[in-house]
Amino acid sequence: MKRVWIGVLVLVVACAAGFGAYAWKPAIDPVEPPQRASFDQALIEKGAVLASVGNCTACHTKPGEKSFAGGLAVPTPFGTIYSTNITPDPKTGIGRWSEAAFSRAMREGVDRDGEHLYPAFPFDHFTLVSDEDNKALYAYLMTRRPVENKRPANELPFPLNMRIVLAGWKLLFFNRGAYREDASQSAECNRGAYLVEGLGHCGACHTPRNALGAERKGSHLAGGEAEGWTAFALDASSSAPIPWTHDSLFAYLRQGWQADHGVANGPMAEVTGNLARLPDADISAIATYLTSRMGEPTPERMASSEETRKKLSTDQGGTPIPASATTAGATSRGGAIYQAACASCHDGSRPSPFGGIDFHLSSTIAAPDPQNSINVVLFGLPAASGRQSPIMPGFAATLKDDQVVDLLAYLREAYAAKPAWADAQAKLADTRSGKYQVSVRPSDGIERAPENIGAKD
Amino acid sequence: MVKLNVNGAAHDVDVDPATPLLYVLRNDLKLNGAKFGCGLGQCGACTVMVDGEAVFSCLTPAMLVEGRQIRTVEGLGTIDNPGPMQKAFIEEQAAQCGYCIAGMMMRAQALLEAKPNAADADIRQALEPNLCRCGTHMRILRAVARVRDLMQGKSAGLAPAKATGRAS
Repeated sequence: MKRVWIGVLVLVVACAAGFGAYAWKPAIDPVEPPQRASFDQALIEKGAVLASVGNCTACHTKPGEKSFAGGLAVPTPFGTIYSTNITPDPKTGIGRWSEAAFSRAMREGVDRDGEHLYPAFPFDHFTLVSDEDNKALYAYLMTRRPVENKRPANELPFPLNMRIVLAGWKLLFFNRGAYREDASQSAECNRGAYLVEGLGHCGACHTPRNALGAERKGSHLAGGEAEGWTAFALDASSSAPIPWTHDSLFAYLRQGWQADHGVANGPMAEVTGNLARLPDADISAIATYLTSRMGEPTPERMASSEETRKKLSTDQGGTPIPASATTAGATSRGGAIYQAACASCHDGSRPSPFGGIDFHLSSTIAAPDPQNSINVVLFGLPAASGRQSPIMPGFAATLKDDQVVDLLAYLREAYAAKPAWADAQAKLADTRSGKYQVSVRPSDGIERAPENIGAKD
Repeated sequence: MVKLNVNGAAHDVDVDPATPLLYVLRNDLKLNGAKFGCGLGQCGACTVMVDGEAVFSCLTPAMLVEGRQIRTVEGLGTIDNPGPMQKAFIEEQAAQCGYCIAGMMMRAQALLEAKPNAADADIRQALEPNLCRCGTHMRILRAVARVRDLMQGKSAGLAPAKATGRAS
């Protein structure tokens, strides 16, 4: 018996030693912050475009503060993580990181000191980024203006505040390795996959996560969550009433809106804003890859899409007020609210993107979850500053909870032919109180954006 | 028939319940302070307060605000006895053509009632939905800062550094 116990002990010690060896990462020696002249200008410019693909600024900049100086609170189900300062400040930023240290952070999610990084930093995607792209990103970031800004300490409970735990997380969920071309696909599709799955980290928002915060491998791009918004499914379960095509997705990503789908809202507005830096070829590659993930629409879906188009032509100039609008049902009360408060823009003659979307086309109304509808009704779409942009006023102060619920029930029935969302009331209350946090920001560059508009931080 | 409570007075108004509150205020109740600007909730000229919050009355059907406390610029004071907000706008000469001013005052009033010690940056941010085509923004901001300070018994005005700076 004693021998068995000794055997178990030896096994445990061996496992611990093995895990320790896996978990332990050496520090990489600090360097003198590199001079701007040591980088090729073309490489810096390439890095600027890549940083836009990575949407680095979204997390690493606090709205209204200096670019890339970090400190943005990123709420997670486990606690609050504050983004790091990735300016080349030697004390509080990455000024003393060598290119090797930067590449390791991207490839393995380990910082210069050898500490594991939280997967709020999407190294599970960035591991796919090529060495030469990392080189360009490094050149770009190391030539930004250094900003001394120490970010607040993360607010995570024990044991999640121990970074060694992250080594276990990586063991379970993280596959290290550069992007491997799929020989059965076109070069364009491979290029799109490299951007989408790697630096673009689309799945970080558009894939649902498991209880430990890892993307569920079996539900890749099946729809997730970002900053209080639903990130819609980008696979065959897409809620778009008219299925996405390469051309419509290209247009949407290129200009931030598309007539069959409406305007990019919430955090996606910033993504399309950033993608403006990309050449057409890369946007087209992304569209090619994503539409290949969605697959050919089923005949039923195409038929439904045709039906939707027919409704658009007959409804020009105004949907009739439902006959039951004077009775007491929820959808008829909602219909009356729609007619009085929404129809002037959403049933108007003004085309996209400045006219409101015809809700027959809305992925938001057809979505399985009411969150985005709630967000837009309450907080609206803030205007961009300094240029023409779509705008919608929020109705948080105008509509009481029961009125919002009636309105949503009407929109679901009248425009998506679906039953009312069962969880609308509860989600609405949590969104209004700020218990469920929503980030509402203008679409035109986070650096100039004011604090959260309307919603509670 | 719609029952409205405006500036503390109850009104039964014989209108289609879907009529925008702005039209009821102006056409039926003859309260012409709130203005029609764009009719789309994009300019703020029609701003009034509902239960203490600033709303675009042009996009607010009357039926949604039955039983709620509606406040218009007429509720802030009279010509002979202007309220603190109105007085500050007069003292700072914040109006040029004046079309946006009632809306500006109502949004500022809602802000200061919710946040009496609003920072200058808060004022800028709160007033962002309201447009002024004449360009008296600096005077409008000064007027609102003035009311805020007078309400708190301080000497009035924008903080010097921020008076010329961009909102940040």
